[in-house]
This record gives sequence, C-alpha cells and structure tokens, in this order.
Amino acid sequence: MQKLTTHKGQAAFLPLDNIDTDMIIAKQYLKTIKRSGLGKWLFADMRYDAQGKPRPDFILNQKPKASILLAGKNFGCGSSREHAPWSLMDFGLRAVIASGFADIFYSNCFKNGLLPVSLPPEAVEALAARDKDITIDLEAQTVSCDDLCFGFKIEPDNKKTLLEGLDGIARILQQQDAIKAFEERHFAQQPWLRKGS
Amino acid sequence: MAQTLYDKLWSQHEISYFEDGSSLIYIDRHLVHEVTSPQAFEGLALSNRPMWRRESVLAMVDHNVPTRDRDKPLEDEEARIQIETLYENVAKHGLCFFDLFSLSQGIVHIVGPEQGFTLPGTTIVCGDSHTATHGAFGALAFGIGTSEIEQVFAAQSLIQRKSKSMRVHVTGRLQAGVSAKDLILAIIAQIGIAGGTGYVMEFTGPVIESMSMESRMTLCNMAIEAGARSGLVAPDEITFAYLKDKPLAPKDALWDQAVAFWRTLKTDEGAVYDKTISIDASKLEPYVTWGTNPEMGGPISSFIPACKDASCARALDYMGLKEGMALEEIPIDQVFIGSCTNGRIEDLRQAAFIVKGRKIAVSLRRAMVVPGSGQVKKMAEDEGLDVIFKEAGFEWRMPGCSMCLAMNADRLEPLERCASTSNRNFEGRQGAGGRTHLMSPAMAGAAAIKGAITDVRKMI
Repeated sequence: MQKLTTHKGQAAFLPLDNIDTDMIIAKQYLKTIKRSGLGKWLFADMRYDAQGKPRPDFILNQKPKASILLAGKNFGCGSSREHAPWSLMDFGLRAVIASGFADIFYSNCFKNGLLPVSLPPEAVEALAARDKDITIDLEAQTVSCDDLCFGFKIEPDNKKTLLEGLDGIARILQQQDAIKAFEERHFAQQPWLRKGS
Repeated sequence: MAQTLYDKLWSQHEISYFEDGSSLIYIDRHLVHEVTSPQAFEGLALSNRPMWRRESVLAMVDHNVPTRDRDKPLEDEEARIQIETLYENVAKHGLCFFDLFSLSQGIVHIVGPEQGFTLPGTTIVCGDSHTATHGAFGALAFGIGTSEIEQVFAAQSLIQRKSKSMRVHVTGRLQAGVSAKDLILAIIAQIGIAGGTGYVMEFTGPVIESMSMESRMTLCNMAIEAGARSGLVAPDEITFAYLKDKPLAPKDALWDQAVAFWRTLKTDEGAVYDKTISIDASKLEPYVTWGTNPEMGGPISSFIPACKDASCARALDYMGLKEGMALEEIPIDQVFIGSCTNGRIEDLRQAAFIVKGRKIAVSLRRAMVVPGSGQVKKMAEDEGLDVIFKEAGFEWRMPGCSMCLAMNADRLEPLERCASTSNRNFEGRQGAGGRTHLMSPAMAGAAAIKGAITDVRKMI
C-alpha cells in the first residue's frame, strides 16, 4: 500500500453535505473485477452530461490535477463499496478533508492509502476560500494553507498504517497463534458454531 | 459490571486488545456476493494465502442478477463476468454456494437468516452495508469493504475499534397500517443520517419485544441509514421459534445448549448506554421520504418543509418537488416492492393485503414485486400471493437486489418517480435521474393502486 507522510497539493471544494457512495462511484461502475481504472468514473453523474461530455462547471473538471478533496459533513455515507476510495485514489486524490465521515468509508480509506481528515465546517470553508495548495503533515497531524493551520485527530493505528504503508493482513497474521487459540476456546464454549455453512 | 448486549458480543469475540485502543475481533460468519468479492479473492491468490476457514462462508449471487429470463444467456457482459468469477472462486475454495438456479438463492441478508446461518451471539460480516440486518438476531453484524473481506478470508478476524452504544427505546403500540419501516424512517428523520455514526444501535422496549423477526430485520437493516454500522435486538422466544429447524441451525442437544446460551444475550439491568433516545410508537403515522437521503422524510399527512441549507435545496430540485407541497397525492411512475429491507414474506403479505382485488393505476409504467429469496418466492406462491399481485397488474419476478440499487436491468428512467420499499433514496440510486420515495410495503401497495403516494390507512 502507498505510504503517506506529508502531502502538498491542489484542493478542490465540493460544498455538499452527505456525499454518498452512490455519488462517488455509481453502481454501473461496480461490475468490475479489478481495483484499478475507476478514476474516470469518479462522481460521473455530476462530472459528465447525458452525452458523456465533461460539465465545465464541475470542480474536478476545472481542477483535474487536484489531489485533495474538500467537502461538507458526513462524507462517504451509504454503501460499503471500496470502489469509493479506489475511484478517489485512481483519480489522483490522496486525502479528503471533510466535516465527518461515515464509518465504513472511513475504515476503507486506510486500506488504500487515502487519508480522511475531519475538520469543522468553518475550517474546511476557510481552506477552500484560500484556494491555494494545501499541505498535510500526518506525523504532526496538521493541515496548513497560507497562514492557516489546523490540527486534526487520527487513531494511532490508522496513522501508523498510512505512515508505514502497512499490509493489514500481514499485521493480523502476526497474531495467528492467538487467533487459533481463541478459535478453539470459542468453539469449545459454543460447539454449535463449529459446523458453519 | 453490568454489560450491554453489545459489550457482551464484543468481549466474547475479542482475541486481543492493543495499546492503541484497537482490538482484534474474531469473525464467525461471512456472507459473500459477486460484486464486492472478486478483488478480495484475487488478493488472496496474489499473496498466496490460504483461506482460514471455508465453513464460515456462505456465498450467493444477488446484486446484479437478472430477475427474469434466467434461462437465457446474460446480455450484460460485465455482470456475466462478475457472476462467473464468483462461480470460479467458490469452486476453487470449496465454498457453500447458492447459484443463479438454486431454489435457495436470494439476497444475502434474507438468505442468511432463513437458512439458519445467522445465529444469535455470532459476529457476521459481508461486503455490504446492510449486513446490519442480522443484528435482529442478537448477532454483531456489520458491513465491510473488500480489503476487509480479504482479511477475513485470510485470518478470520478484523482489527476494529469498539463503537459507542445507543439505545433506541420504543414504547406504545404501532397503529394499524404502520410498520417497522415507518418506525425506522421516523427514527432516522429524528436523529439524522449521521446521528448513529460511531454507535451500535440497540432497539428495546415493548414494541420491539412483540415484533416478528421480519420486522426486527427491517429495523436493524436501516440502522446503517442512520450511520450506525450495526443494529441489535436481544434474542428471545420469537428469535428461537424463527430459527428452530432452519437448515443450518443447531439440532437436538446442540440446539438446547445453544438456546440456553442465547438466553444470556441481553443487556444487564443497570448497564449504561452512551446515549438513549425514546420514541412513542402510538403516535406514528406511515412515513414517506421526499428528498435524496433517508432522513429527508416525514409523516404521510405532512408537507415538504422549508429548506435550511444547500443540500436540501439540491434534493428538492433533483426530486422535482417544492417546499410546502403535501406528500400525499404526489403522482408516481413505478412501484418497487422488494430488497433486503422489505423483501421478506411478511412484507409481501402486507402489500398483498392492500392490493388484493384491486388494480394498479393505469398511469403507472410498471409495478413489480421482487421476492427477497427463492424461499420467500415459494412461500408466497404457496399462499397465492403471486396471483394477487399478478391479477392487480404487478410483475412477479425472480429474487435479487434488483431495483434497490439498479445494477441489473431493473431501473428507473431519468425523471421517473418510484414508490419503493428499499432503503436508499440517493440521487441516481434506482437509475440515473430517477426519483425514489421510500416507504413501507403496504404504502407501496397503496401507491400502486392510487398511482400516487397515499395514506394506506384509508384503504384498510
């Protein structure tokens, strides 16, 4: 997985609350068996008109090189589709700064090297108003732009995962003896679970 | 110390606790479907890791399957490849699988319970946010992404952080024509679509205690629409009666042993929730959404409120509605009865009760019923519900997710308006430009007859 330590880049502001996973990547693009190539369908319904031509007023058409997305409250609500972070990353985004994230989307980000940063609406709007490159320092947990600087919170394990680009499965499998021991105990206590499907 | 049901389920599955505040949680059950699994199987193969426990998996096709003409080759090339990829993956790993022609095939969240794969006290995951449904059995069930699917394949566990607990206490009594769907839409309208974010939501109180399993599943299913990754209901005699003799449920002495254990799965007297909300069910009317997320809804007798922000204005523009309009009598073009929210037998019975002996409005372009599973379809046909629907003018389809997310051919045309028993009214959810009004099966049945959103209580 791609590491993320510090990142400086252009930001695009999508001033909407509750941007859902259907908006981020609509279901007609979920019929892939690959993780790659979804960037061109990111926000497709907002980005292209009925004839498939880019809408000039849509922010990501105006800023195709943006690597940071700014948005409102509760970003990524809806489905568990990991195609949402895949499409954001494939477009070239490395971070989403929003006023809160839905739980499943938030957890999916860290599996893919995408950094979700939660800041209050006033901070997001102030960053958007500057309209200059934004710098995110994950180690220091700060977002800065021009004379602005905001701190943000992040769980220590999620931070470590991004800083080191860790493989989640390898980390879990370090515990395999504990998992096996747990499993035996668990099935001894609840023997009806042993059978499964 | 007194524990909540969630505390118990969590501690019973905690393999390790780490200093950073996260835990390694054991996963008992894993439901798999064609859309979110291919990249997980591929990842497992690329890293050359074996599957930890294949008995923990139950797989089926549901999201993009056609709901008619299954004997013909699938025209949608991408959907065909995705379905065939699942066929190959389940064969390779020797997984329990319901294929397109199995009588048990259906939507994962309907099939898991009806097979007895879903059991109280288990942890259940699936690459689908509506996995919350299984919490109705007192299981800790939540949706996961594809990377986590691969983790569960490889290690039967996930690194998780314990959520906060919310109690949703429902008192009073649901009135005739008001169902679990109306209740959950009312709860979401009250707390908002992010009101449950970071929480596991346990439903308690006399209304819940007397509810059928089907209704409890409808409630828990939509906990995610309030942002809660899991919903929960403590298992009781209604739960045990539902599960007894289900194909994969424990039998004989193991059954007795299991039930004795399951009786301990309830919140202790004096246990503390992080948050509690109360709802008086007696005052509830049927609910209908008017906007583009599930919190944008109100009682059928209400009017579309004045907008306070840009998201609301955008929603009304998308929906082609204006503030101050009455919800009742908004004309519709399509009716969809089905989905993991309302595709169970009780839902079809409630809709059929309204539709019986009546005809759908001539103005409708289509009304369809998509049973949630082959078992539901068969049960409905044995009861003659299919005849009631067909005589009224409904199409009677094969099971699948269908127009809940419109990945298959069942979808709305741009600007078409649908009375739908599904769970999400997001922009484009049922087809690009399509407009969705969420409601109960009885309300959708009534809307089909009237050709417009209407108060089902006037038709009982």
